[in-house]
Amino acid sequence: MGLPVAPFAGDMYGPDAVIMKGITGANWRLQDYLSRGGYSALKKILSEKIPPEQVVAELKKSALRGRGGAGFPTGLKWSFMPRQYPGAKYLVCNSDEGEPGTFKDRDIMRYNPHILIEGMAIGAYAMGIPVGYNYIHGEIWDVFERMEEALAEARAASFIGKKILGSEFNFELHNHHGWGAYICGEETALLESLEGKKGQPRFKPPFPASFGLYGKPTTINNTETFAAVPWIINNGGDAFLALGKPNNGGTKIFSVSGDVARPGNYEVKLGTPFAKLLEMAGGMRDGKKLKAVIPGGSSMPVLPADIMMATDMDYDSIAKAGSMLGSGAVIVMDETRCMVKSLLRLSYFYYEESCGQCTPCREGTGWLYRMVDRIEHGKGKPEDLDLLNSVADNIQGRTICALGDAAAMPVRAFIKHYRDEFQHHIDHKQCVVPTYI
Amino acid sequence: MLEIEIDGRKLEVPDGSTVMDATNQAGVYVPHFCYHKKLSIAANCRMCLVHVDKAPKPLPACATPVTNGMKVFTHSEQAINAQKGVMEFLLINHPLDCPICDQGGECQLQDLAMGYGGSGSRYEEPKRVVNNKNLGPLISTDMTRCIHCTRCVRFGEEIAGIMELGMIGRGEHAEIIAFVGKTVDSELSGNVIDLCPVGALTSKPFRYSARTWELTRHSSVSPHCGLGSNLTVQVKQNRVMRVLPRENDAINECWLSDKDRFAYEGLNASDRLVKPMIRENGAWREVDWQVALEFAANGIRKVRDQHGAVHVAALATPHQTVEELYLLQKLAHGLGSSNVDFRTRQSDFSADSNVVPWLGMAIADIAQLDRVLVVGSTLRKDHPLIAHRIRQAAKRHLQVNLIHVTDDDLAMRITNKAIVAPSQMARQLAQLVAAVAHAKGAPLPAGLAGTEAGDAAKRMADSLLSGKNCALFVGNFAQHHPSATQLHALVQTLADLLGAKFGFLGEAANSVGGYLAGAAAGGMNALQMMREPRQAYLLLGAEPELDCYDPQQAMSAMKQAEFVVALSPYQHQALDYAHVMLPVAPFTETSGTFVSTEGKAQSFRGLVQPLAETRPAWKVLRVLGNLLQVDGFDYDSSEAVLKDALSGSDPTSRLNNRLTQGVIGKIEAQGSGDIERIAEVPIYQTDAIVRRAPSLHKTRDGAVPVAGMNGEMYERLGLRDGDQVKVNGSSLLSAVLDEKLPAGCIRIPAGHPLTAKLAGMFDTVTIVRVAAQHKVAV
Amino acid sequence: MSASSVLSAASLARIDQAVAKYPPDQKRSAVMAALTIAQDEKGWLSTETMDCIAQYLEMAPVAVYEVATFYTMYDRKPVGKCKLAICTNLPCALQGATVAAAYLKQKLGIEFGETTADGAFTLKEAECLGACGDAPVLLVNNKRMACAMSPDKLDKLIEEMK
Ligand SMILES: Cc1cc2nc3c(=O)[nH]c(=O)nc-3n(C[C@H](O)[C@H](O)[C@H](O)COP(=O)(O)O)c2cc1C
Ligand code: SF4
Ligand code: FES
Repeated sequence: MGLPVAPFAGDMYGPDAVIMKGITGANWRLQDYLSRGGYSALKKILSEKIPPEQVVAELKKSALRGRGGAGFPTGLKWSFMPRQYPGAKYLVCNSDEGEPGTFKDRDIMRYNPHILIEGMAIGAYAMGIPVGYNYIHGEIWDVFERMEEALAEARAASFIGKKILGSEFNFELHNHHGWGAYICGEETALLESLEGKKGQPRFKPPFPASFGLYGKPTTINNTETFAAVPWIINNGGDAFLALGKPNNGGTKIFSVSGDVARPGNYEVKLGTPFAKLLEMAGGMRDGKKLKAVIPGGSSMPVLPADIMMATDMDYDSIAKAGSMLGSGAVIVMDETRCMVKSLLRLSYFYYEESCGQCTPCREGTGWLYRMVDRIEHGKGKPEDLDLLNSVADNIQGRTICALGDAAAMPVRAFIKHYRDEFQHHIDHKQCVVPTYI
Repeated sequence: MLEIEIDGRKLEVPDGSTVMDATNQAGVYVPHFCYHKKLSIAANCRMCLVHVDKAPKPLPACATPVTNGMKVFTHSEQAINAQKGVMEFLLINHPLDCPICDQGGECQLQDLAMGYGGSGSRYEEPKRVVNNKNLGPLISTDMTRCIHCTRCVRFGEEIAGIMELGMIGRGEHAEIIAFVGKTVDSELSGNVIDLCPVGALTSKPFRYSARTWELTRHSSVSPHCGLGSNLTVQVKQNRVMRVLPRENDAINECWLSDKDRFAYEGLNASDRLVKPMIRENGAWREVDWQVALEFAANGIRKVRDQHGAVHVAALATPHQTVEELYLLQKLAHGLGSSNVDFRTRQSDFSADSNVVPWLGMAIADIAQLDRVLVVGSTLRKDHPLIAHRIRQAAKRHLQVNLIHVTDDDLAMRITNKAIVAPSQMARQLAQLVAAVAHAKGAPLPAGLAGTEAGDAAKRMADSLLSGKNCALFVGNFAQHHPSATQLHALVQTLADLLGAKFGFLGEAANSVGGYLAGAAAGGMNALQMMREPRQAYLLLGAEPELDCYDPQQAMSAMKQAEFVVALSPYQHQALDYAHVMLPVAPFTETSGTFVSTEGKAQSFRGLVQPLAETRPAWKVLRVLGNLLQVDGFDYDSSEAVLKDALSGSDPTSRLNNRLTQGVIGKIEAQGSGDIERIAEVPIYQTDAIVRRAPSLHKTRDGAVPVAGMNGEMYERLGLRDGDQVKVNGSSLLSAVLDEKLPAGCIRIPAGHPLTAKLAGMFDTVTIVRVAAQHKVAV
Repeated sequence: MSASSVLSAASLARIDQAVAKYPPDQKRSAVMAALTIAQDEKGWLSTETMDCIAQYLEMAPVAVYEVATFYTMYDRKPVGKCKLAICTNLPCALQGATVAAAYLKQKLGIEFGETTADGAFTLKEAECLGACGDAPVLLVNNKRMACAMSPDKLDKLIEEMK
């Protein structure tokens, strides 16, 4: 499977890493994990019989927010799980990482799989859940196989299964793979897919906490979210919170891609300035000038260079700057990039990935894509930009799931910040930027 | 109760209501497509977006639960913008081909586009085109019109119990299909035509034959199965063009079986009898009514005078109206004969004369049952909508137990089943009685001494004993059974042990009404009058070669008779044996009453003029009564007949399933070892109208009958692929492997011209292999 | 038609393993795994194969077909011996995927969605593979991720897969 493309010296995820601390790319086995102090959180909980409520309380204190995109406080989510519910309940890990620009969960699973298993086991303990599934993006089959292997190791060593480590706690965990559908990252689509159906999101309410997998109470978290849990248990919620900023606890793995010298994953404290992150990624490739950044995965609004350079990387700061931290995928674009063409590729993505069940998304994503395509190809009309905005408005907030918003937000932000460039395409049937992507 | 304010109006709604429920209750219309009150909520069309105070974005009324104190605005700027936005999206890829669309005039999209659509389109990109699908003989498609509401898909999964349609692909490429090469023709599939809010799924038989505004609408009642489905019949220029459900939550809800929906084609069949005919010296000729009626009266009178009234027999089908059945028996009695019957497929008539078999409960109460035993019924095909009710309950708390002779897929959850040869049904039931009696510590009823319960019986007993609200239903097959009364007695015994309700699934529209009209008159029954041939037969709607238990016997009885009068809407085989044929009206051309299996009398009126010289049967019988100088035939309306027929009393008071002496008798130990025939009547062969509905006969259920048997029998007969079998030396049928059958049996449908040469439905048969290469032309 | 007449015993055994992950009354949860296993064996999913899986997992055939058409990595038509799916999404495009894709098209002489005349290669355009940091990335026969695919690495890959 090999190391990342550009192996870098020392701690490859950055000096502040806690989830990926000490990871070299080759030390993924159970033995390695144990030698890093792995599974100590689970052992501690079970040997000290820490009450589940206390685990949840610790999570709440940590201000850990979901790393899958929505940034929902994890402790709060865990407290929604009806712990006393008598029937079946499920814990689900969302490893369907498919948001363009995001590739952090893949690294967690291939290089540090046991931290996820431990995090899920702790979650299961805290919420009294006997069975879990880890839904893995279909395209990363090698990672699925590695997770299967890691699970087998964990099962053999009694970190998973019946009477874990001799306690009364049972938790069975399985891997499930997707097979090429971005929408299955949306949590309810993921549940449908796990049930053997098309990945079509469900309308909420009811929320998974009351009606989830097979109609049973279910908690879903992102891979990175679970992976942060062992550290929190070992070091306390307060310590985690202190790593970041109030309401933005801990570290976050940012997937930096695009026009940087060293694309890759960097785990930094929340609140780290963007400039610092850019520096970690080797700065701009070939010394070009920064033009724009999508700071949270392709679904989030793009921001121009000057705004980004003044922004810190945490949920609240990026929101204030007019975008969202999302899944932490930082897509960096340099001065040679055409914004129309960039938007075109993203619009095509949402058009291609819409599940097709609800009207505004099914019909609207195609409409958006076709209009941007026209503009890019010199067939734009003066009224197109307003129409694009209006169609985006008619999608946003009116769909079953947030894919509709994800398709609309980039359109509005690209036009907002780069209207001139779009106008130029329309007026002159060509691009302002001399070299294309 | 929750308080909610809708457009400034306060109201209270029950807990768990959605905003759509609340707006419905308030009488406020919220536009919608995917929402349907009988289907699960998909919330995918987004047409019903409304403005909810304090919500950051508009919410779908269909899926949003009401919270206490909620304020909803259905016409605020936010709501209207959202609705208009959605409408625009729905129309951008829609072909807007209303002028050539069958749905035109009754299209929800068309209607709502008037209110919410823009005048011009802002969409200038190429429109999507979707290939049409061949969904078989009943449903025609124009898939480009589909708005992806998935009502049709949800219907299959949730109501019909089989997923015939699905939405494949995704995004803009999502489309509705049936699985490659499969047609859509389960017994309920036509409902998707009503459900489709646009013209994507329309009726194939109706296609391009009328615009909705040319049609007049009339209420009627289904003449087919015992449910009594309420119909809206649509007429253009005195011709029935289409049949749709008329909503009645207590009966058919908003559904119709395909039989009820498409059988109307049979009303316009080419073999309708249009003029009275008489046969003299072997030749038929058309005559005036007057001549025909006098000829008929004279013929009957002559037989009675020469051979005695006992030689006059009257046979009707249970698809005739109460009024007709009443007058028929009154006429026979007036002539001095009580040889009248309508139970043409029954073979055991030993039940007490005071039994008037009915469902034993209201149809709507099926929803509350938690345990059911079904004895001898292919529920889905015999009673599509009762099956649907049981299916719905079975999704929740109902356990279904089945004793039957075939293991066909009933498209519902069956908890326990015992699939046995026809001769073993009584034994199987006896075991169940024994198991229940044992569990209850009750003594074994007489006749059952020594009966040991097998595993299946024990499991069923456990299931039935564990319920609080249990019912036992006797199906068509058990009612036709030569030991029907024994089965009846066993079921009654079981019901008593369990404290359960029991009843009979009425085979036909008037299975109950026939009893109330006195058409089971106590003289010779339907079987006797064929077994001991009579000299005169009065046939009302009956086609003995297809309707009778033993078609062969029936035919020879007909042929030897001195005089046969056939009152029928059709020219059927009576041309070979009758002496007079009198064209009488099918249900759409006359007024009348059916009493459904739950004992509900439903009257209907004629809605088209009788075809050509056709006359309502009650009028024809009245004139015959007059001509034969029978008293009491001076009716001037069918209502007056009805009043006499039901003696002015509520029919429900006369319903009775109880045998006074529920004597079980001796249970046959084993079958004879001969090959047992399993003869069910195929869904589209049950009555004269549906037999003539061509579209239904192109469906899988309308396929040519074959001889089915399990592998063991197949081998025993040395059969190979493509072989045929000769049954009883007469009927030639293709042999097919059918592992859903018990050992020692062969499934050969009844009620079909291809099997009309065979003897009684339950008679054993002899089978000879006809190898594939020696095929004989039939 | 029985499942064993369509799929090998080894495939069925693997499907059984997948089924065992889910509650006994939720066999259909294994449909994605089953289709993947069947595709591995057969190269693509014919109607017969899907029918067989429907029967094996007690699902309506059309429900299997829904699943097989929803997820893009199922092939419902035969594909080349080697299927290459290259991600061209924005992050990858910024890191050279556009160039790599053009190189592949030229080298194989086919466009996206096409198969070479000798049936050796099928080229597909993929959406985000979740490996943007390693761009250009492509997926070889659904299961093998090839990272940082410079033209010379592409040459080597094609040589290997011929
Ligand atoms: C279109 C769409 C795609 C998504 N993709 C992912 C994904 O790939 N991984 C993920 O963890 N969450 C994804 N999410 C967010 C999930 O729905 C959900 O919020 C998340 O898994 C919850 O976990 P968390 O609270 O730990 O973040 C997606 C959401 C949407 C609307
Ligand atoms: S917004 Fe798009 S992806 Fe989400 S449910 Fe609607 S159609 Fe499916
Ligand atoms: S009717 Fe509510 S979304 Fe369709």
